[in-house]
Formats: sequence, structure tokens, C-alpha cells
Amino acid sequence: MAETDRIMTGAPADASYGRRLLRMGLAHPLLWPLLTLILLLAGNSLFNPGFLALQWRDGHLYGNLVDIAHRAAPLALVSLGMTLVVALRGVDISVGAVLAIAATVAAWTIGYVRQDGLLPLALAVTAALATGALCGLWNGWLVVGAGMQPIVATLILMVAGRGIAQSISGGQILTLYYAPYSFLGNGFVLGVPFSLFVVAAVFTLLQLVLGRTALGLFVRAIGHNPQAAHVAGVRARVIVLGAYVFCGIAAAMAGLLVSSNVNSADANNAGLLLELDAILAVTLGGTLLGGGRFSLAGSLLGALIIQALTTTIYAIGVPPQVNLAVKAVLVFAVMLLQSPVCRAQVRALLRAGVERRS
Amino acid sequence: MNAAAHAAVSGMSDRRPWWHRPAYVPLLATLALFIAMAGAGGVLYHGFLTPQVFLNLLIDNAFLCIVAVGMTFVILAGGIDLSVGAVVAFSTVLAADLVQRHGWHPVAAIALVLAMGAAFGAAMGLLIQRFRLQPFVVTLAGMFLARGAATLISVDSIDVDHPLLAAIANLRIPVGGGNMLSVGALMALAVVAAGAWLAGATPFGRTVYAIGGSESSARMMGLPVDATVVRVYALSGFCAALAGVVYMLYMLSGYSQHALGLELDAIAAVVIGGTLLAGGSGYVLGTLLGVLVLGLIQTLVVFDGELSSWWTRIVIGALLLAFCLLQRVFRKKGVSP
Repeated sequence: MAETDRIMTGAPADASYGRRLLRMGLAHPLLWPLLTLILLLAGNSLFNPGFLALQWRDGHLYGNLVDIAHRAAPLALVSLGMTLVVALRGVDISVGAVLAIAATVAAWTIGYVRQDGLLPLALAVTAALATGALCGLWNGWLVVGAGMQPIVATLILMVAGRGIAQSISGGQILTLYYAPYSFLGNGFVLGVPFSLFVVAAVFTLLQLVLGRTALGLFVRAIGHNPQAAHVAGVRARVIVLGAYVFCGIAAAMAGLLVSSNVNSADANNAGLLLELDAILAVTLGGTLLGGGRFSLAGSLLGALIIQALTTTIYAIGVPPQVNLAVKAVLVFAVMLLQSPVCRAQVRALLRAGVERRS
Repeated sequence: MNAAAHAAVSGMSDRRPWWHRPAYVPLLATLALFIAMAGAGGVLYHGFLTPQVFLNLLIDNAFLCIVAVGMTFVILAGGIDLSVGAVVAFSTVLAADLVQRHGWHPVAAIALVLAMGAAFGAAMGLLIQRFRLQPFVVTLAGMFLARGAATLISVDSIDVDHPLLAAIANLRIPVGGGNMLSVGALMALAVVAAGAWLAGATPFGRTVYAIGGSESSARMMGLPVDATVVRVYALSGFCAALAGVVYMLYMLSGYSQHALGLELDAIAAVVIGGTLLAGGSGYVLGTLLGVLVLGLIQTLVVFDGELSSWWTRIVIGALLLAFCLLQRVFRKKGVSP
């Protein structure tokens, strides 16, 4: 934000309106993630001309773009939760474990109720979301109540979480034969995957709550300077606790989507390394890891970038293991771009270059 | 600066009896826990309290012990290193690949692996220190990079059957009474001894404690903060590479999916060993105790035979929680220097 303000007020008086607009656009936080995504997709369509094509078949929308969005849905949900936590100077590395617990709870509930109709579905969704909220409450309490560092507090659930999930499932992969549940991860509404509606609903809700109420301001205030926010009378403890609870619920929603997509819940492998992808998505989207500045739309874009990257790597036939190395290079690049020290050094280098030329 | 770091830097001018010092209390708690668990095992299971069971703790957890010693320094300096498990995997793959597929002599391969581990750690340390990046994110990316690089070398597991390496792997050193230790376990003990000396008796160790206590104070005291931070991560990378060599000897294979989640176990061992996660207070010997406690939990689960393996994770999580809460209590009580 400060960046934008500086550029807006510091623009030379004789600059034309168009140039000013261009400068504002260049400074827009969503520009880089959007550009990355477009470049990725464009590169793909060069390689495979039919890549961007969308088809309408049997009343459903088909195509790589739909596929990428659909597969990115669980990560997008978790990233939205993570964005809030990171904006408040925290981090939640237990999301993968929470996803596994919620998925297992949902599968266990359906197996336990054993009925036709929609009752098991309602119970499973409620139980999974409640479990996610409980996990978030636990993390939040450790951070706010016990005063632990966020990474340590959530490490505990990350270590124990999969053990808990396995103790619920009895160490087995729970397989589901229940059509209504399968709809969550595989169904279509109005020709579009149901999962996209879930992401859209959560995103719109967050955007409304953070954009239309003072909550967004409070979150930024706490993230920028917790002491100042406290002195100003912001109830930081409740807000931080709420962010962790929301992150837990978001992870549980992702767990529902993931497990219903494959009709089974795997306590060991569901959502493995998801926490890393979510942090990567949040960073790619322009949220500062130090807190304060965040962008929900950016995190959505980040999740899409990661999924597009995975799809690309599969599509061009490179061994999927390269994915990890590519992601690592991406994180390093984004981190350096975000680092004020690095920016200052690059700027100094550029200035030196200009002076030498003139 | 917190009390423990203060005591460590100013040469133990603490007047409290030693068992009341905040830095010792978690250590004693861990020792008590270890003795209680071993005692319970002895009462519950036949043949538990034999020396070889405890020597096996060292043999089976040698790599964890080596990684955890490196991690102790990182955490003492107020950082964290999430890349160690991936570096262990990378080291096993690189060493196995060089020896088995390219005909390198094992000594040369191991030397290269150790140098690469140290260089990788130093590079991450440089990023953290020069660009003020968060250690947690940098080492997370390092974790991706090391695992990715390992899979790029070889997707499949590489079996190691070089005669020299196999001989070292199978070598058992008698320690009296018909009990044995492996080369890896001896290496782990050597690393713990070296780590304890480095932390307790060298300018480097004192600087690490000072940085963990308060980086700005350490800077004002004129300590070489920047160089030390880089060296701490280099040390952790070196330890991870060494652990990779030990792990390769232990499994006699190199595989990119080796040591998944080892970083969590290492952090758990360090915390259970009484090191403050905020940095500045803790002991390398405590980390050894932490590793032994983790190993003992696994051994108890194995001896029981009926408990499922997932209880290990839950118990480790619970112990982590207990020790973190314990740290909070003692930090609140013992802060006034």
C-alpha cells in the first residue's frame, strides 16, 4: 500500500494520465501473480494448442482450465485460511494434518451412520467442520493463551495430527461407497464443478467481512504492529484466535473436497506437504510473511499458479519430481523480490549502472 | 537478554543452586522422564532392562542424534532449519549414486557429500543473514530444493553393496559384556561430544548463545553476529550430510524418500532436550537425552507389540506440548536477571 501511495504522489507533474495509470498498474500487488499465471498458461498453449479450449459436453464444462481450477480448490481454501493467519504474523503448519483428521472424521461418520439419504452427508460435513474448528481453537489457544510461537504451537498438532487421524481410522484407508458424499468433490452445479462454488463462497464471504467491516483494518493493524494495535484498543487476542479457527475450518473443508474426490480418506497421505504449498501460494500472492499486508485474491492466484505449474510439468512429460525443485526456485525468487534489503541492493545496482552510462 | 543466556555469557554468576537454574530444570525433567520410562519398561516387559536395548537406542537413532546436534545450534541461535531431512535424503542419494554408478571411491564421495551439505547450509544462512529473510521460509524452500535435487539424481532407491561401505556398515564394536555399538552410533557420540565442546568452550558457542538471547545486544557487544549465523546454518547442513552418510550405512541404500519428516523429530528431540525454542538457552547433552527419549518411546511401542505405531506420533506430540508449556512457565518465572 505504501508503495502505491508513494508512486501516486511522487509521480512527476508533467506525466500524462496514461503513464500514471500504467505506473499504478505496475505497482498493483496482483500484477505479478497474475502475470505469472498468464505466462504459465500461455506457455502451455504454445506447447499444446488445444490447452485453453473449453468444451460443453453432457451439460458439463470440460477443459484444462476447469481442471486446474477444480484441482486447485482444496489448496485455494487452505491458502485463504493461511492468508489470515500469516497476515496476523502467525503461521499454521498443521493444516495438512487437520485436513487428514477432518477427512477421516467425515469418512468415519458416514461409515458409522450407514444410512441412505442425505442425513449421513449432513452429519459428516458438520462433524468434519466442527473437528476443523476444534483443531483451530487448539492452535489458537496455544498461540494466544499459552503464548507460544505460532510455528511451535502448530508443530505440535502437525506431529500428533496424523497419529490422531490414524487412531480414528484404525490405521486403514477408509473407503466410501456413498454417492451424495462423492458429489462434494466430483459433482457439477450449472455445469461447473461444485468445488469452485465452495471456494467462491468462502472467498466472497471473507472479502465482504474483511472489506466491508472494520475487521480488515484490525487485521492489518495487528499485523503491522501488534503493540500499537493493542494500545489503540483492538481486541487482538480474539481476532488471532478467530483466524486460527477459520484456518482450521478451511483445512477441514479442503479435507471434505479431497476425500470425496477420491472416495476415501487416507490418514497418512491426505494433504501431505499441503502446509508448504499453502505458504507458497500465500507468498506468491503478495502477502507479506512478516504480517500486515495481505491479499485474498492474490492467494487464490497463488494456488492456481501452483496447480498450473503441476499440470504443466505433467503435460510436458518432465518427471513430476522436478516439481519440487521448480517450486523451491519460485519460493527463493519471490522471497528475494519481497525482501526490502534485496530490493534496495538491486535499486542501488541499477542506479550505479545508469550513472555510469550518463 | 534472558536469564539463562545472561548466565551463559557472563560466566555463570548465578547464585541459585544449580538445580534451580532455569536452563537446568527442563534437562532434569527430561532425565527423570527417561529414567521413569526405562523403569516402567523394565517392570512391564521381560528383557527390557538389558544394556544392549539401550545401546540399540543409539544405533537406531544415530542419524537423528547427529541431525539434532546441528539443529540445537540453529535453535540456540534463535533460528530453525526445516531442510535437514531433505539434506539427509539428498546425501544418501548422492553418495550412493557416486559410489555405485560412477565408481567413485567411498571416501571421496563422502568428502564431497559433507562439503556439499556444509555449502548448502551456508548458502541458506547467507540468504537469511544478508537479506533478512525468515529462517523458516528459507529452509522450507531449501527442503523442496534438496528433495527435488535428490529425485533428479535418482527416482529409484539405489542399493549400496560396495565392499568397504558394507564392511563399515556391518562392523560391530564390542563395548564389554558382549554388547556392541555400530560405527554410526560411535560417530553420533563423537558428534555430541564435539557439539558440547563447541557450544560450551569456544567463542563460537558463546556467540551462538548471545545471538539467541538477543541479537541486537550481541551486535552491540561487538560479537561477529553475521558470520556466526552463516556458520550455524553451515554446521547444521554439515551435520545433516554426515547424518545422511550414517543413514546410508544404516539402510545400505540411497533413496530420495529417506528420512521423511526427520526435521520434526529433530526439533522435537531438541525441545524435549530442554533447549528453549526462542533461543539462547539449552545444552547439546540435553539433545542427546531428547533423542534417547524419542527412541525409548519407539522401543516401548515395539516391546509392547499391541500398541499401534501411531501412538508414537501422539506421544511425541504430547511430550512436545508438555515441554513447550514447561518452557513457558520457567521463562515467566526466571526472566528477571
